Amino acid sequence: MGSASKVIPGYRFTQGVTFFYISLILLLPLAAFVLFATGMGWEKFIGKAFEYRILHGYLVSFACALAAAIINGIFGLILAWVLVRYEFPGKRIMDGLIDLPFALPTAVAGIALTTLYVETGWLGQFFYAIGLPSAFSVLGITIALIFVGIPFVTRSVQPVLKDLEPEIEEAAALLGAGKWLTFRKVIFPELTAPLLTGFALAFARGIGEYGSVVFIAGNTPFETEIAPLLIMTELEQFDYQAAAAIAIVMMAISFLILLSINGYQRYRIREQGV
Amino acid sequence: MATSIMQNRMFSSDSRAKPELAPVSAETLVKWLLIFLSAAFLVVMLILPLILVGAEALSKGWEAYVAALAEPFAQKALLLTVEATVIAVLLNTVFGVASAWLLTKFDFRGKAVLGSLIDLPFAISPVVAGLFFIMLFGRMSPFYPTLQAYHAAVVFAVPGIILATVFVTFPFITRELVPVMEAQGRSEEEAAATMGAGGWTIFRYVTLPNIKWGLIYGIILCTARAMGEFGAVSVVSGHIRGKTNTLPLHIEILYNEYNFTAAFAVASILVFIAILILVLRNMVEWRTQNRRIQRQRPH
Repeated sequence: MGSASKVIPGYRFTQGVTFFYISLILLLPLAAFVLFATGMGWEKFIGKAFEYRILHGYLVSFACALAAAIINGIFGLILAWVLVRYEFPGKRIMDGLIDLPFALPTAVAGIALTTLYVETGWLGQFFYAIGLPSAFSVLGITIALIFVGIPFVTRSVQPVLKDLEPEIEEAAALLGAGKWLTFRKVIFPELTAPLLTGFALAFARGIGEYGSVVFIAGNTPFETEIAPLLIMTELEQFDYQAAAAIAIVMMAISFLILLSINGYQRYRIREQGV
Repeated sequence: MATSIMQNRMFSSDSRAKPELAPVSAETLVKWLLIFLSAAFLVVMLILPLILVGAEALSKGWEAYVAALAEPFAQKALLLTVEATVIAVLLNTVFGVASAWLLTKFDFRGKAVLGSLIDLPFAISPVVAGLFFIMLFGRMSPFYPTLQAYHAAVVFAVPGIILATVFVTFPFITRELVPVMEAQGRSEEEAAATMGAGGWTIFRYVTLPNIKWGLIYGIILCTARAMGEFGAVSVVSGHIRGKTNTLPLHIEILYNEYNFTAAFAVASILVFIAILILVLRNMVEWRTQNRRIQRQRPH
């Protein structure tokens, strides 16, 4: 609470605006939710949140989001590497295109991907020909989640890779390390932190994603129902308690993912000094 | 496949001591392979869906396309989307600037907590965000009788849609501004304040010119998300055609009615705006990079 730093005016004003706005937009709805959820009681919560069909929904959301985040981790790293280290025609377009999933409404992505991957679709015909149903299946859900998660890993790895000091690599090369060895032992360790951050963001986003997935999922109970869809289903049946119970579990999962990544980063900073 | 390429790379550098042509070509091979892999991934995952939207929208000819866009429900949905987006962006801009000012110009207890609170909507599924507003204003809410008495509907009505949009988009501008203002430091504002400038004057003439592009960038991101929000809006909307339907929700209805041409025609508007947003975004980024270089010379 240093008063010396408050030479700049506007502390009370900006504080007032910020807290008023946060209370109204964020805390009030959150409080209403918590109030409602705590009124439910443990037994009801357990009963509603861990019904077999719902459990299957978490599993589908979790597994597909995990698979999509892993694929995005691999391609995100390659994309970041290509965009930082190489010069080639069309590079700026490629760089700009990566943010498309942030700019394109998820519903548009959803119907476009579904039409692409159905049995008669441009890409679906190849998948179905080898016996892989690429729409209305967990594969379809994963494809949609790959789409929404593309920018996360690339955008968190890119700046770190750009700021890496060339001296370290030069030193490694002078000491006789090959390119692959240098990448593995010198560059990659520097990239694990942003890679994990991007991975976690893509993963958390995938678990909560609704718009792009709901069209391609097919929404068959016990097969391709995702957790956010189950909330919608419960709401349509006016079972608000069940909807709240599922929401609590989903929030717990995404907070756990984000917190564990944060924890890991802090551990790394403390223990290894990177 | 990838490992064998990487092994090639290793061999190439092992034989680097001898100045031959072969190792160079192995390295360029890896380079072009990775570029090809990236390009193929982006074409399949990003460009094909865009082309498909255009192709499907025009599949029944130009007239069907125009008819789908001119249809009154589509027009109403477009208006509501514009309304919700404009209000959300305006409110969030004011909040974004105020909160970024608070977070970067002052030290106070609980700063980290405030920062995480602002980021909270990123960690919450949009569907869950919509649920929050159902709990706050819906039938089980303590406010519900009062709202009923005044015939004021929030949920399943336009105010709910706007609130849900504001909720999911509110971290964007703060997030963009905080690193920019952090990097800027406080000295310029402190100097202006000691010389007797008021808060608004400092903001207008000292801070704003420095954060202009960051602010524009945040507004662009906020707009993109606001116009496309689907999950949260879907929960609170009630899907009343011509009344509480935004463009993304209208697309969903058309698609579920197997009216694919119309669905993709409406979607093409959003694709067009999305591309516009990407171009703007890149222009802004290019400007800021140029500025950084220009700032080196004294003025």
